[in-house]
Amino acid sequence: MRIFIITILIFLSAPRAILYADTETYGYPINNPYEATVIGTPGQLQASLPNKISITPLELTVFKNRKIPEILWYTESLKYSLASQEQKAPLIFTISGTGSSVSAPGMRILQKALYQAGFHVLSLPSPTHPNFVTSASTYSVPGHIVEDSADLYRVMQLAWQQIRNDIEITDFYLTGYSLGGAQAAFVAKIDDKKHIFNFKRVLMINPPVSLYNSASILDKLLAKNIPGGMGHLDDFIKKVLNRLTEIYRTGEQVEFNDAFFYKAYQRYEPSKETLKAIIGLAFRWSAANMIFVSDVITNSGYVKPKNLKLSLTDSLTDYFKVSLRIGFLNYFDEYLFPFFETRHPSLTRNQLIHSLSLKSIEEYLRENKKIGLITNADDPILAPGELEFLQDVFQSRAKIYPRGGHLGNMGYQDNVDYIVNFFLN
Amino acid sequence: MTKLFFTLLLVTILQGCASQPHHETLPIIPPKHSLSEIPTSEELTIIDVYDPLEPANRVIYFFNYQFDKYIFLPAVNAYEFITPDLIERGISNFFSNIRETINFTNTLLQLKFSRALKTAARFIVNSTIGIAGIWDPATHLELYQHREDFGQTLGHYGLGPGPYLVIPVLGPSNLRDAIGLAADSLLLNAILSNIDHYDELRFWLPFYFVEGIDQRHRTNFRYYETGSPFEYDLIRFLYLKVREANIAK
Repeated sequence: MRIFIITILIFLSAPRAILYADTETYGYPINNPYEATVIGTPGQLQASLPNKISITPLELTVFKNRKIPEILWYTESLKYSLASQEQKAPLIFTISGTGSSVSAPGMRILQKALYQAGFHVLSLPSPTHPNFVTSASTYSVPGHIVEDSADLYRVMQLAWQQIRNDIEITDFYLTGYSLGGAQAAFVAKIDDKKHIFNFKRVLMINPPVSLYNSASILDKLLAKNIPGGMGHLDDFIKKVLNRLTEIYRTGEQVEFNDAFFYKAYQRYEPSKETLKAIIGLAFRWSAANMIFVSDVITNSGYVKPKNLKLSLTDSLTDYFKVSLRIGFLNYFDEYLFPFFETRHPSLTRNQLIHSLSLKSIEEYLRENKKIGLITNADDPILAPGELEFLQDVFQSRAKIYPRGGHLGNMGYQDNVDYIVNFFLN
Repeated sequence: MTKLFFTLLLVTILQGCASQPHHETLPIIPPKHSLSEIPTSEELTIIDVYDPLEPANRVIYFFNYQFDKYIFLPAVNAYEFITPDLIERGISNFFSNIRETINFTNTLLQLKFSRALKTAARFIVNSTIGIAGIWDPATHLELYQHREDFGQTLGHYGLGPGPYLVIPVLGPSNLRDAIGLAADSLLLNAILSNIDHYDELRFWLPFYFVEGIDQRHRTNFRYYETGSPFEYDLIRFLYLKVREANIAK
């Protein structure tokens, strides 16, 4: 998920010194899953990771003859990255979350933690990130996890070819968080047929169970928590910005930096509804980017007039407004399902929903001991019953923390230790 | 010379855009979702920013990306590679300290006297104890920097932002802030010209060169890092809002 709006910068600036009761043995302090999702891990509780590691940005041409529309000129090749060790070491692939690039906050945590633990870390953007949609997706219609994972698998092979002469490796590992966590399982399944990497261990971090259910939850987070409904998104954004401006104007702080956003968060004391709406909005921004880019490439006439070629100088503001109004479920019903229905006429809506779920590969997950799971009991992207499903399928291979929201505790020391040890043992 | 170079580069880009063939053969069909289905009152007008020069601005935005990628960022990376962090910070502090003259002038122009006093104290402490501003002891004395520029001064007296502008190399701005920037540069130039030899090329050229590198070094923004097709709109909106907040303070 790409975090963008000023308000959402609050997420990035990990707050310090919020005091919460720590009653259980697990020390992650934030009990409210929405607050955890928004503010992450408070500074002094973050895992000790290197400040900066050397990460090489790399680019890959996946489809040689693909013509990229003029307005998307900057996404011609797929951008990925490698943090490499000097010596022979295991290589781990990390897959980013919904709409995110290789430099998303969650990716930074994985890169630093795993690099520090002695891995070559090869990071890939999410197949829902605009850059992947344009340059590496077969159909450029993201969201079909089976197709997206096949695209990821192709990219992983090409990336490996590109770097294999520069580093020495022992074994391959795989991980991903959020949507990337679910994709990791599908990628592992492909590899068990093709045996190119033979991953030693695969870890899914806070994955959705059913993409459809999670998408529906995220749509509702926004639609149900904007006072007055989606038609008043304007007022909501205005209200949040005005509040932030007021805090800035009257506060001691003189710059828009981490310290300001932390203080602003404390002074703002956003309600649960506001937090939910902000999470929903961050996901909606990802959806809007993905939908527009996909539509431009496929020329489907969804938000852009069919056959209209946009140029570098054309305003996109109206498309932005329209795309922001489209939820994940609209996209599923009006775009994704029809697209694949055309290709497989016997496909039903329910079949598609099922195939975009971990339940479609339940047996594989049950029997495959190299795959592990880490998530939170209060992760808001899980629908009722899905946590129990995960527990049942993964049994002792599931590590379920009592709290942390969606990825809020990913940078917490215990979590980072668990992730690293999973691959080291 | 540099001016000529930019002009040439810009012309090349503009020609590149103009020469794209635009003869449509297929009929243009309205999309499934468009603004017409949304009531005007619910249109998300908040992201509308007055931008009559949008086509030109978008081209300059594109140019800035290229300039960043091939010239500016490689230079900044080389600078960061050869310069130890401590020296980088010293250089940033040094330029930041010179900037206090602009902050001070504009704070006074806005009749914010106690703040002007703090800025002056900050400048004096850092210029002396901080050795020409290389260190920043004033911040430890809780004399925080408060940036004010002439764009903010004009805004303080009620002047609106005017049309949005993307300035080559420098990035997002608007007419008011561009005028402010020019005024501040003239002011700084007038102050610096009191220094001996300032008007000699060998003095001011490296000065502005290092200043430019330092500025980019301190700015985390990278063009198209969001990956979003709507980045131009988002940045335009955020720029307006951040400036509003700066002016209000």
